[in-house]
Amino acid sequence: MSDKEKHTIAVLVDNEPGILARVVGLFSGRGYNIESLTVAEVDAENNLSRITIVTSGTPMIIEQIKAQLSRLVPVRVVHDLTEEGPAVERELVLIKMAGMGEKRIESLRLADIFRARVVDSTIESFVFEITGSAEKLNAFINLMKPLGLVDVSRTGVVAISRGAAKF
Amino acid sequence: MSAEQMNGAEMVIRALGDQGVDVVFGYPGGAVLPIYDALFMQNRLRHILVRHEQGAVHAAEGYARSTGKVGVVLVTSGPGATNAVTGLTDALMDSVPIVCLTGQVPTHLIGNDAFQEADTTGITRPCTKHNYLVKHVDDLARTLHEAFYVARTGRPGPVVVDLPKDVLFAMGTYRAPETVEQRKSYRPQTEPDPARIAEAVEIIARAKKPLFYGGGGIINSGPHACKLFAELIEMTGIPCTLTLMGLGAFPASDKRYLGLVGMHGTYEANMAMHGCDAMINVGARFDDRVTGKIAAFSPNSKKIHIDIDPSSINKNVRIDIPVIGDAGKVLEAIIEGLKARRFAPDRAALGKWWQQIEQWRKRDSLRYENSDRIIKPQYAIERLYALTRGRDVFITTEVGQHQMWAAQLFKFDQPCHWMTSGGLGTMGYGLPAAIGVQIAHPDALVIDIAGEASILMNIQEMATACQYRLPVKIFIVNNQYMGMVRQWQELLHGARYSESYSASLPDFVKLAEAFGAKGLRATKPEEVDAVIKEMIAIPGPVIVDVAVDPAENCFPMIPSGAAHNEMILGPADRKSGGPVSEEGMVLV
Repeated sequence: MSDKEKHTIAVLVDNEPGILARVVGLFSGRGYNIESLTVAEVDAENNLSRITIVTSGTPMIIEQIKAQLSRLVPVRVVHDLTEEGPAVERELVLIKMAGMGEKRIESLRLADIFRARVVDSTIESFVFEITGSAEKLNAFINLMKPLGLVDVSRTGVVAISRGAAKF
Repeated sequence: MSAEQMNGAEMVIRALGDQGVDVVFGYPGGAVLPIYDALFMQNRLRHILVRHEQGAVHAAEGYARSTGKVGVVLVTSGPGATNAVTGLTDALMDSVPIVCLTGQVPTHLIGNDAFQEADTTGITRPCTKHNYLVKHVDDLARTLHEAFYVARTGRPGPVVVDLPKDVLFAMGTYRAPETVEQRKSYRPQTEPDPARIAEAVEIIARAKKPLFYGGGGIINSGPHACKLFAELIEMTGIPCTLTLMGLGAFPASDKRYLGLVGMHGTYEANMAMHGCDAMINVGARFDDRVTGKIAAFSPNSKKIHIDIDPSSINKNVRIDIPVIGDAGKVLEAIIEGLKARRFAPDRAALGKWWQQIEQWRKRDSLRYENSDRIIKPQYAIERLYALTRGRDVFITTEVGQHQMWAAQLFKFDQPCHWMTSGGLGTMGYGLPAAIGVQIAHPDALVIDIAGEASILMNIQEMATACQYRLPVKIFIVNNQYMGMVRQWQELLHGARYSESYSASLPDFVKLAEAFGAKGLRATKPEEVDAVIKEMIAIPGPVIVDVAVDPAENCFPMIPSGAAHNEMILGPADRKSGGPVSEEGMVLV
């Protein structure tokens, strides 16, 4: 059997009740893997939502995932951004740091290097906001751990193709 | 005309009428009372009262599969809907077009754990092709029309429309089907890609040992597709095997038909699958009951897969040429392509291939040892087949050994005359399905070939058959065991017959009489013919209890985890130490 590959899949769906449950149920019911999933309305006029799923599997499984997603009645179109060419992938994280003194200063210094922004601060805490690739975010989170990290909230990956073409 | 005012319940009846529905299988309850009231006020739409909601769905399946139309079910909220779940799953697995209307508690009570509330759309999401919860009466007509469209187009399947009671009472505007626009997200591809057709034609034309592997998709495409399939086989001289769901798509009496394929298929069909150099799958889905061990499945063939559902491609088996489209349209295009290419069969190669197949056929893999002391189940089914010739016969089955013997021994020359639960394997399918078939074909001879265990799973539907004087015949092949379970226990579990004996069986003759039907019994081989003739002669519903050999096993058989060329042909062929590998043991 061939090795597992990681794919980022964009799914454009009719924004209606239950659509997210259909997608999630399909993944759990058929034993597919979800690494991250994001969803939001992107076109209110046409009632469209965009779901971005990062998944992994053998090429045969990835092909099945796309075919099964396309089969859902409210799904308009499925794009495999990994396969179809270069795409920009971004994720946003909010990180809460608590503490005083040296560690607090060090975390601020590192945040500056990573271009994280401070979006909330008290005498004894910061909330950083940082966007980037999952790898960059993981690196930043790991650096923050010994410096007083208390909470992390991640959006999951959103992605869009490079160039002028839609998707 | 398309903007009439009416309440939701009236809208339901109106929409069913506009969709050409003439019969609904259902069971009333609190949440659907408004629809039952609207039903009462009209005469066009016929309602068949079943005795359990599972029976309603199977009856609608029998109706749908024997007519090609959408089967319609009407059940109440809560337990009405949950009882329908097995039937819906069955219809999903076997691609049967069903619209199931479920009652729901009023919208303001949804989520409150109200009386007879269940999250019906949540529960049925994975067992339907699509489902809807209608929250506003003005969405009702559009939703119902869309439900029918989704159920019957593309790969057919069951669709649930959940109807809160307040929506059924609310006044709204009815919209006729032609005013409803199709949604952009659902556009099944029916026209094949010409490039793929050209590739398929090339493979068919060059093959030395080709084989057609036909499935239920041909039947779902319609009688025209079956005709084209036969035309293509005639034109090419290529042998043909069919899946359990495909029986009847090509005449079983034709010498180019090799019989059923798969776990209990014929030796020649499975060996041809294994040995062919080109496999043309038309509307089948490489089910695990067909393929056996995937790694050893038809190792030397180029595989063409014709399917309307793109997700069937490369799901289990790697395909060389996928052709997405409606089976009829694809077959037509392939025939055109072959004609344009001035195709002539390679007589020499095909002759050799046929010679090989005839060698396999000579093994006579459906042979069994008959007895003059005890009724062999195969004998009973063979006699049933022989004595029903010359009539319009529809067969339904339950699930197990009797189902496989029926599939092997009953020969179907027409599509839509064989109704069985293939994908889900639902015991209790046959009787309600027979009721649905009989409703659609009042003058036909409809027989449920059953086992004594399966029939008890929906025996309450005898009351339905009797109420509507439906002359369905229930032919019980009674071996006093859940026969297929017993067979697997014998072959795989050291003959430890754990819980597979049918203890405390009812007297089926008296049971028939208790329902107001006729009961007959055969216990000796010489009684079989007389009982079958009597069964046919009785104008009403009949239960026939045929006491057969309890120890008979269904052969041939591909043990699970084995390849097609590792079939067991009969009791004498059983390999020492058990035929099933450890790897196979864990498979179903």
